[in-house]
Amino acid sequence: MAEIQLIGRAASPGLAFGPVAVLTAAVAGRTASEDPEQEAAALRSAIEGARAELAEQIKTIQSEAADILEFQAAMLEDDALTDTAYELIAIGITADHAWRRALDLEIAGYRAAEDEYFRARAVDIVDIRDRVLAHLGGVDVVAGIAGGSIVAAEDITPSTFLATDWSQGGAIALASGSPSSHVAMLARARGAPMVVGLGPLSWHGQPPVLALVDGDAGRVIFDPEPETIRLFELRMAAAKAERAVAEATSLAPAFVANGRRITVLLNVAGPEDLANLDPAICDGIGLVRTEFLFEAAHGLPDEETQYRVYRDILVWAQDKPVTIRTLDAGGDKQVPGLTVEGESNPFLGLRGIRLSLARPEVFRMQLRALCRAAVHGTLKVMLPMVAVPSELDRANEMLDAEFTALQAKGVACARPPLGIMVEVPAAALCAADFGAAFYSIGSNDLTQYTMAAARDIGAVADLNDTSNPAVLALIAATVEAGLKRGVEVSLCGDAAANTHLTAALLATGLTTLSVSPIAVARLKAAIAKVSS
Amino acid sequence: MHDAHASRAGETSVPLTASAVLVNKVGLHARPSVKLTQCAKRFAAKIELALSGDGPWTDAKSPVKVMRVKAPQGATLHFRVTGPDGEVALAAVLALVHDGFGEA
Repeated sequence: MAEIQLIGRAASPGLAFGPVAVLTAAVAGRTASEDPEQEAAALRSAIEGARAELAEQIKTIQSEAADILEFQAAMLEDDALTDTAYELIAIGITADHAWRRALDLEIAGYRAAEDEYFRARAVDIVDIRDRVLAHLGGVDVVAGIAGGSIVAAEDITPSTFLATDWSQGGAIALASGSPSSHVAMLARARGAPMVVGLGPLSWHGQPPVLALVDGDAGRVIFDPEPETIRLFELRMAAAKAERAVAEATSLAPAFVANGRRITVLLNVAGPEDLANLDPAICDGIGLVRTEFLFEAAHGLPDEETQYRVYRDILVWAQDKPVTIRTLDAGGDKQVPGLTVEGESNPFLGLRGIRLSLARPEVFRMQLRALCRAAVHGTLKVMLPMVAVPSELDRANEMLDAEFTALQAKGVACARPPLGIMVEVPAAALCAADFGAAFYSIGSNDLTQYTMAAARDIGAVADLNDTSNPAVLALIAATVEAGLKRGVEVSLCGDAAANTHLTAALLATGLTTLSVSPIAVARLKAAIAKVSS
Repeated sequence: MHDAHASRAGETSVPLTASAVLVNKVGLHARPSVKLTQCAKRFAAKIELALSGDGPWTDAKSPVKVMRVKAPQGATLHFRVTGPDGEVALAAVLALVHDGFGEA
């Protein structure tokens, strides 16, 4: 039998080879009642059953997958989804047919959407439909797919993906589907290669036995010839070796060619960024954003909540330095009840340290939580958006006061050193005038304030360039001030992760860069290539 | 941000209206819809949204209906709020949109 090569769109990278599991929708019979009231009751109890099952699964699942199931749960709780089905039942249609018809109508609405993202939500509604049908006894629940299989189907629901064991490899090959689907997100997170949009999977009556999936190129080969398999296995071996090298490099300390040690730190937005991460990949944490604690849904966090989060991060770091940034709200980060609404230009308004000083009760609480957490590791605290030395001085006074008060009460605490983010050109130009314990350059804001160009305004985005000599000069000036005062200077903006800029940044004299965890291996490889 | 301009009404029976631009990456999709409806449900006020200032208006407490609007990134969301806690409710939903639903 000749091999069949199909070209689609890459949805999740990687290579896989394995036995094919063809998914087909099995429709089982159901004995319906002739009484509309009994049918309505059957649907109600099936929906109830599906909701209970979702609630159970959400409890046992990690965050990204839980978000997807929470969306399904919210949809299923909404009468707007179920009304049509009950209306159809009232006119004498059986529960399973009514539910299928009502949901298919909803699904058709999504499939007709102009926006790919909304089209990709159709399969979530299919998932909801089938989940309830399974509880109605109208459809067979998908039997477990053997681990390591290449799943071939028209499309695949999040539930089917989550019910499959991906730890032994395997991949997904879909006739339709979308790289924006929830399953594609999950596949990328679990490292399962996925190709979508292959077109009709017709096997002339005989389903394939084996398949090769190339999630990098968006290509699938069913029933490959022995020579095709041999070449593919060579590519798989090469990719595996490359991955091993990248992983080994990410654990090794980063050096430049002249032997100057470059410190690589992590940027984290919350404790979950550190889950399953080996502290050995970094020299510490260069930036903990604390905005996530202040998200609208939760209201302002209390001291205890903040303390626990800061403590957990310090414990993770095992005495490596951790720099936590005090709340950087305002600008594009609005916090209801805290930030000012309706500023004519929020980026030039009450944001960062300016807001903290204007709302001392919120700031003092954060400082107290930080002092208490400081006993669990090596904590440094940095202030965002500092423009003049008096802002740092006032923050230092407040920190002293809170530390002293905690001590007087006999609470375990320590006073962390206070540094500043250098992101306002004024602070970069006069860095030496600040009594800061360290400087951390926020290259995103420093670039936009220096170039007077926002990166999310397409027409001026090319001006928003960290490699512009004016921005690099401000970075170099900050490094010089740090050398003069004998304090550390690091850079924690997106520029640190842009490997095209690595050589230019190190040329300014910087020796510490802070990037998100996924960028560490790439940055270390780029540092190794810089010869001075 | 610059696009929100609330028109205040003296009496609660007159609806409050305001608009804001969707800044998060993929528009009013699954997670933002859930967040928005959860937020709206905390208030007694009737909260509706639309892609145009003159409707058609959609119940902002129904995730199914909000998803049917299929509001893409960059779209202007208009809100219409009626009820005793209307002003707080309006501020809350606007804040959520401005914040990019915490994912912008």
